[in-house]
Amino acid sequence: MPSAVAGKNPAVEKTKLCMMLFLASEALFFVMLVLAYVYFRSAVSSGPTAHSSLDPAVTGVYTVFLLASSGTVWLAGRGLKKQRRYSFFGWLAASVMLGAVFLAGQGLEYAKLLREQVSISRNLFGTTFFTLTGIHGIHVLIGLVLLTILFGLGLSGNSGRKQSIAFESISLYWHFVDAVWVVIFSIVYLWSAA
Amino acid sequence: MSDMTLGRLPMPLGAETADKHHLLSWLTSVDHKQIGVMYLAATLGFFAVGGIEALLMRIQLAWPGLKVLSPDAYNQIFTMHGTTMIFLVVVPMLLGFATYLSPLMIGASDMAFPRLNALSFWLLLFGGFLLYFSFFAGGAPNAGWFSYAPLSEKPYSSQPGTDYWALALLAIGVGTIAAGLNLIVTIITLRTPGLTIRRLPLFVWMVLINSFLILVALPPLNASLVMLLVDRQLSAHFFTTLGGGSPILWQHYFWSFGHPEVYIMVLPAFGMISEIIPVFSRQPIFGYAFVAVSTAAIAFLSTAVWAHHMFAVGLGHSWDLAFGASSMLIAVPTGVKVFNWTATMWGGAIRFTTSMKFAIAFLITFTIGGLTGVAFAAFPVDWQLTDTYFVVAHMHYVLFGGTVFAVFAGVYYWFPKMSGRMLSEQLGRVHFWLTFIGFNLTFLIQHVLGLAGMPRRVYTYPNFLSWGIMNLISTLGAFLLGISVLVFLVNLYVSLRGGSTAGDNPWEAWTLEWATTSPPPLQNFERVPPVRSARPLWDLAHPEEADWKCHPR
Repeated sequence: MPSAVAGKNPAVEKTKLCMMLFLASEALFFVMLVLAYVYFRSAVSSGPTAHSSLDPAVTGVYTVFLLASSGTVWLAGRGLKKQRRYSFFGWLAASVMLGAVFLAGQGLEYAKLLREQVSISRNLFGTTFFTLTGIHGIHVLIGLVLLTILFGLGLSGNSGRKQSIAFESISLYWHFVDAVWVVIFSIVYLWSAA
Repeated sequence: MSDMTLGRLPMPLGAETADKHHLLSWLTSVDHKQIGVMYLAATLGFFAVGGIEALLMRIQLAWPGLKVLSPDAYNQIFTMHGTTMIFLVVVPMLLGFATYLSPLMIGASDMAFPRLNALSFWLLLFGGFLLYFSFFAGGAPNAGWFSYAPLSEKPYSSQPGTDYWALALLAIGVGTIAAGLNLIVTIITLRTPGLTIRRLPLFVWMVLINSFLILVALPPLNASLVMLLVDRQLSAHFFTTLGGGSPILWQHYFWSFGHPEVYIMVLPAFGMISEIIPVFSRQPIFGYAFVAVSTAAIAFLSTAVWAHHMFAVGLGHSWDLAFGASSMLIAVPTGVKVFNWTATMWGGAIRFTTSMKFAIAFLITFTIGGLTGVAFAAFPVDWQLTDTYFVVAHMHYVLFGGTVFAVFAGVYYWFPKMSGRMLSEQLGRVHFWLTFIGFNLTFLIQHVLGLAGMPRRVYTYPNFLSWGIMNLISTLGAFLLGISVLVFLVNLYVSLRGGSTAGDNPWEAWTLEWATTSPPPLQNFERVPPVRSARPLWDLAHPEEADWKCHPR
C-alpha cells in the first residue's frame, strides 16, 4: 500500500510518528526504574520507607496541578486549531504555570525529606525514590522548557503548519510525562498508604 | 526547509559553491551519504584502535609468563577492546551502511530528519572520544565490557574509568536511539510509490526490524547506566551489596539490553548478505518472505533470552530450563536464513568476486559460531565452559566471522557506489584469504583452549595442557589478521585514487541504489524508476521477463 507513504502532509506524520516512537522508548526507560523501585521495596530493612516519609495527600494536591496542565495543553491545542490566538497563548501559559507549581511542590518535598535526613545515599528507599522521581522531574523540566519555547516562537510571529506540528508533538510528550507520573504516584505514594 | 535540501546547515552566502570535499562541508553536513561515510570512516578508525588493543593482548598471551602488559594494563586493554569493538565499531558501522543505503534503496532523497541524523553521528564520535579520554584522566575502565557489579562500583573501582565508560555509553546510546527513530520513520514514510513493504529490499527490512530492536534494547542500557552513575557519584545502593542492593539486578538489566544488542550487531549484516548472495548468484533470494519474517522472529525471541548469560549465577533449575529452551529456539529462524541463503546459491551462476567470497565465508564461520551458541544454551555445557576461551571463540565467530565478514562483503559490494571506483580484486583476493586464514588460525584453536580450561580475562597463565603452544598459534593468527587489515587499507587507498571507474551498476544488481550515478548526486536520483516488484532494475532491463509479470507480489 504505497500511499501509506507520502500522504498530503508527510511532515505531520513524520514528526508525530517520531515522537511516539521516542516516547515508547522512554516508557521502557521508566519501566526499568519503576521495576527497580518495586524490586527493592521489600528489601528496605532499616531506615526510612515510603510509608514513614511520604505524604500522599500533599503530593496528591500537586499531582492535580500536573494533571490539570495536561487539560490546559489540550485546550491550547484546540485554540491553535481554531486560530484563536488568545486562547492558545492563555492556555499555554496556564500549562507552564501549572507544571511549574508541580515542580515547586516536588522541590519542597525534597527539601523536607533532606531535612529529615532522607537522602539518595541513606538507604534503598532513598536510592530508588530519588532516582525515579528525580528523573521524572527532569522530564517535567524539559517539558516546561519546550512549552516555553513554543510560547516564545508564537509570540515572535512563527505560526502555521510547522508550529502546529511542533505543538502537537510536544503536547504528546507532555501527556506522556503526566501519564508516567500517574504510574509513579500510584506505585510510590498510594501503595505506601495502603 | 530549502537549506536542508541542499544537504547542509544554512551557511553564509557563497558557501554553497564551496568545493564539495571541503572539510567544512563534511563537518556541517546533514546529507545522509556524507554522514554514512563519516560513520564508516570513524568506525574504521576505531576498528584499527580496537585491533591494536587485541594485538597487545595477543602479544602478552603469546607465551606463558610474559610481562609485556601489567595485570592492570591488561584489564584496561581487554575492557577497552570489547567496549570499542561493540559500541564504536560493530553497531555504528552497520548504522553507517543503514544511513547511507536506506534512503537510496527506498528511492528517497534523504533521511526523514537530516539534522537528527547528524546528531546521531556526532554523539557517537563524542562518546568515542569521551571513552578514550579516560586514559588521560586516571586510567581506562577495567571492569570488562559488561562492567559487572559490584566490581564496577566505587569500593572496587575507585578510578574514574568506569564513570567515563558509563557516560560515553550514554552518549552513544542516545545517538543510537536517535538513529533508530530516524531510520524507522524514514523507511515507513519516505518509500517511493510502488515500494510496498513486501517489495522492500531485504537489507532495508532488516534495518527496520533492527531499529525497532534498538528502541527496545537501548533504554534498559541507559537506565542501567544512570543507576550505576547514581551509585558511583551519589553513593546510592542499586548494585552494591553493602547497602542491600543487588549485583544480580545489574546482570539482569545489562543483559536485557545485552542480548538484543547481540542481534543489533548482526541483523543488518544478515541484510547485506541477503542482498549480495542473490546478485552474485544471479538468482532472486530464495524464500523472500521467510527471510523477512524469520528476522522478526529473531528480534522477538531475542528479548526473552537474556538470562542465558547468567546460567552460572544460580537462577534455579526452572529458570535455567526456560532460558535454555528460548535460546535454542532462536536457532530455528536463524537456521531458516542459512538455508535460504544456501538455496539461493543452489544452481545459480555464481560469480566469485571478493564480495561473494566474504559472503560465503560468512555462511561458514557464522554457522560455526551459531552452533557453539546452541551448545551454550544447554546450561550444563555453559557451566563447564563459561568464562573460558570457548566463549571468546564463540563470540568472535559470530561477531568477526559473522558481522565483520558480512561488512567486508558489503564494503566490496557498495564501495563502487559510494566512491565511483571499483576496489581492486587482486588486492581483494589477498585480503580475503589472509582474513579467512588469519581469523580461523586465531579463533578455531581457542575452542580447544577453552575446552582445556583456560579462563578468559587473565593476563598470564602457566604452561598447562599445552596452553602455551595453542596461545602462540592464536597470536600468529592475530598478526595475520593484522596484516590483512593493512592490505585492506592499502586497497581502499589505492582504489580511491586510481581504481577503475564503477559506472552506475557494476554488478548488474536489482535494487534502487544502483539506478543512480556512482557516487549519487546530492538529491540521490534524477528520476526514481517505477517499482512494480522487489527487483525494479531487473524489470527495467528485462521487460519481457519482468518479475511483476512472472511472479507478481
